[in-house]
Amino acid sequence: MTLKEIADILGATFITEPDNPDLHIRSACSSDMMSAVLYYHSPDSLLITGLTQLHVVRTAEIAGIISIVFVMNKRPDERAIELAGQKKIPLLTTPCCMYTASGRLFRAGLPGCSHK
Amino acid sequence: MALNIEGTIEGSSQLIGGDFTTAGEASTLLKVKLTELGVAEDIIRRAAIATFEAEMNVVIYAAAGWLHYYISPQGIRIRIEDMGPGIADIGLAMQEGYSTAPDWVREMGWGAGMGLPNMKRNSDVFTIDSVVGEGTTVEMVINFP
Amino acid sequence: MKLLDVANALSLEVKSFKDGLQKDVTGAYVSDLLSDVMANSKQGNIWITLQTHLNIVAVASMKGLAGIVIVNGRQVQEEVLKRAEEEKMPIMVTQMPAFEIAGKLYRLLA
Ligand SMILES: Nc1ncnc2c1ncn2[C@@H]1O[C@H](COP(=O)(O)OP(=O)(O)OP(=O)(O)O)[C@@H](O)[C@H]1O
Ligand SMILES: [Mg+2]
Repeated sequence: MTLKEIADILGATFITEPDNPDLHIRSACSSDMMSAVLYYHSPDSLLITGLTQLHVVRTAEIAGIISIVFVMNKRPDERAIELAGQKKIPLLTTPCCMYTASGRLFRAGLPGCSHK
Repeated sequence: MALNIEGTIEGSSQLIGGDFTTAGEASTLLKVKLTELGVAEDIIRRAAIATFEAEMNVVIYAAAGWLHYYISPQGIRIRIEDMGPGIADIGLAMQEGYSTAPDWVREMGWGAGMGLPNMKRNSDVFTIDSVVGEGTTVEMVINFP
Repeated sequence: MKLLDVANALSLEVKSFKDGLQKDVTGAYVSDLLSDVMANSKQGNIWITLQTHLNIVAVASMKGLAGIVIVNGRQVQEEVLKRAEEEKMPIMVTQMPAFEIAGKLYRLLA
């Protein structure tokens, strides 16, 4: 599924414009717990979260997450946006809650990050 | 890709307790170094995850600490030592799900009790030593294939 | 839909207060942040989370949630199950991650 398709499905807006809106996302992880993101990460995956601090972007970068969607219209601060820009991790924000965002993307065929 | 390593390459970073904005910088530096040296991506990922979890524990639980890394043609050795409260029961702390993180830390996304298990899982050799009232030292080795 | 039907359809392992499976489900909320659940979950929701901390029971019962689903097959301490039994709160466990169980529940409740 491409990033552009994900944005459409979630009615999401890009906080940082992606270099490539057709970036291919292979799976998603819905979590607010950073160690779970680091534990269950899969390649080319999307993080759906309600946390917006700088260390969330840092966690994503270290786990190999390639894009982050913030739920319930949340927006990170400038430092987080700047770091995401440097690391080329496009950020999106959606009015959906984590349940609805997960539900819609799963229905559209996006799998969850593999459970190991 | 051939590894670009001769002898041992060392580096260290200071870690500051309670500072969530710089947390992760030491792991990022190590990651950059390993990338420069041409280390395989999955090895870099494992080293970065293990180091980041250790770094976060220092930030959350301790007053201050150091991260040292040593990269040789055989692999990576990472030592994280802190001045902090120490861990009374290491066996318990290693159990997945065990956490003493306070509420405010949990509200920031930490405290699932998965950090130490995650460090162990991502390293080939994992050792932890702790003295209550003094501090904790975690050492991890990740071998190159 | 009753919690029992959800538990059966999604093969949830019921760990506490089986009598509570007769409760009606109004929807679901996915979050690992207790303050967020306090602020935004709705009565009768199923709460999907990775959190196994004792406080989840108090939060769920204060908000009148239908039950708690713990993801990734996480172990729940006896102490937590005992509290859940006292507070009449069903705790269920799934091996699936939050994204997937939320996806399946969304389809079921749609
Ligand atoms: N450097 C340390 N100093 C003091 N106590 C520590 C240290 N590292 C870990 N601990 C103790 O061990 C427990 C388990 O640590 P672990 O990293 O596995 O989980 P956590 O930090 O609680 O949560 P998570 O890592 O999932 O965010 C901690 O809650 C804490 O009590
Ligand atoms: Mg930790």
